[in-house]
Amino acid sequence: MQAQSNVKFRIGKSTGFQALTVGLAFACVVPLIFILIYIIQAGITKINWHFITNLPKPVGEAGGGVANALLGSMIIIGCASVIAIPFGILCGIYLSENKTSKLAYWSRLCVDILQGVPSIVIGIVAYFWLVKPLGGFSALSGSAALAIMMLPIIIRSTEETLLMLPDSLREAAYALGMPFHRVILKVIIPCGISGILSGVMLSVARIAGETAPLLFTAFGNPYLSGNVLKPMQSLPLLIFNYATSPYNDWHDLAWGASCILLIFVLLLNIFTKLITRKWKVQL
Amino acid sequence: METTVDNNLITRPENILGRVITSAKIRDAVKGIKRIKRSHRQIKAENVFRKTIILVALATVVLVLGIMLTLILQSVLSVKASGIGYLWGKTWDPVRDIFGAYPFILGTILTSFLALFISIPFSFAVAIFLGEYYPKGWLPNLLKNTVELIAAVPSVIYGFWGLAVLVPIVRSFETKIGVAPVGLGIFTSSLILAIMIIPYAASLGQSMIKMVPANLKEAAYSLGATRWEVIRSVILPYTKSGLFAGILLSLGRALGETMAVTMVIGNTTLIPKSIFAPGNTMASVIANEFTEADHPVYLSALIELGLVLFLVTVVINLIGKRLTKQFTN
Repeated sequence: MQAQSNVKFRIGKSTGFQALTVGLAFACVVPLIFILIYIIQAGITKINWHFITNLPKPVGEAGGGVANALLGSMIIIGCASVIAIPFGILCGIYLSENKTSKLAYWSRLCVDILQGVPSIVIGIVAYFWLVKPLGGFSALSGSAALAIMMLPIIIRSTEETLLMLPDSLREAAYALGMPFHRVILKVIIPCGISGILSGVMLSVARIAGETAPLLFTAFGNPYLSGNVLKPMQSLPLLIFNYATSPYNDWHDLAWGASCILLIFVLLLNIFTKLITRKWKVQL
Repeated sequence: METTVDNNLITRPENILGRVITSAKIRDAVKGIKRIKRSHRQIKAENVFRKTIILVALATVVLVLGIMLTLILQSVLSVKASGIGYLWGKTWDPVRDIFGAYPFILGTILTSFLALFISIPFSFAVAIFLGEYYPKGWLPNLLKNTVELIAAVPSVIYGFWGLAVLVPIVRSFETKIGVAPVGLGIFTSSLILAIMIIPYAASLGQSMIKMVPANLKEAAYSLGATRWEVIRSVILPYTKSGLFAGILLSLGRALGETMAVTMVIGNTTLIPKSIFAPGNTMASVIANEFTEADHPVYLSALIELGLVLFLVTVVINLIGKRLTKQFTN
């Protein structure tokens, strides 16, 4: 009797723990769903053609839009991608081709470090490297800061994708007499393009919502601007500035902008997941 | 190719007699020269390519060294002015040129560890759920992807949501337990941070738990262990270092998180008296005051904060990465 009740107690404990685990695991999702629903509810009604094509109105006037932030975000992210994508892919190629060299060890270490650097610190550094020498806040310095944040993700995904390709592929290309750069550019990269692309998309999704590095680089601008050497507004900056302001009109703009940003970032993430699943690439 | 050309030349009578240069011969010679030229070009391009990728790899090293050097050089002024006492100086008063980082260091430690404390049960539950109980199927897959999406939401949006939703809730909670109902403060930022860092420990822990050898688990089951006993005495001890690495990565995220915290922490330079009081973290002070810093020592003091933050997160992240690598090998 004693032994039997003991077993029952142990089984009960096991079941109890399982139930607790399941409960806690699904509880994690609750805040995310709350946030999604809240932001979409608060923001979706604000979004219309007027919202996308107009500039923000001064306090006290209803209406207005976020055209400057949308354009600014696109330009800043575009410039960051132009800087980071070739650089990141080339570095990933080096790391996958030279697994054991000393430089590869140090480079890998630095990529690890870069991944952990707080975004605000990157903002400080970009301030001293670009804002001060150029004599003022500029969209370009913001792009540079974001490019630094994109690098580790692109490098890592490129390296890991290329390492997964079988060596026979490379050897077959060399056996045909192809030179090194053509083997890489015409054989290896096309084979791993889905993994590399998903890394690039993931990095874009990551930086699209970054605010901290833009605070003292792109700085923000209430007007429409396409000049990368001048301050520029971006969606996250606009959300931060308007959300912390005391005016309800500005809060409305910030909700609309949050909704656009959130949907963009989530769609990009989900799209990346679908690609990786389709091509059976593990990141 | 070359030998066949020669054979043709010998067997053809007109070549033996008068060394007539046929059009075929010219064509072959031109082809040969072109081929040599092309392979020269290829070799050159190959070398350029090799050098480029080496340079790029070198550039990442230079980039990180440059970041470190910039931070160190720019904070020299503050180190000279405040010395080592900077770290435990209790007042931060830019007007009187007194810079003590203690309130912010305390604020950072309080928010990060409180957030870690709240998030660990949840992230471990996700890890065990996905790694051990239900590794396959559409529902666990959905859960996994959803948890990963938590990390994708921009931090400024977390901050805005916290400001609009969480702050009033915390405020009414504070009135109930009888502390000053501010709403903004260390506690609120910890809650937001706790949500944000769940995915980091969860996804790492999940992959670690999946790597526990099946024969270890089966041996325990065959001895009559229940599922909970297998988890407690086989899986958790086996994955100890991996789970710890996950906690470190989460902590690294929490320490460096800026925007969400800045928006809900209340931003005061006073030392927080309780976890419900407003405060400031290192990252949020930099975000708030960097563009307002009007004299060099003030700016330099802020950069020194950045340097401290940089060094701490780098060390934590590197330890975490090292542990993960050790575990997977």
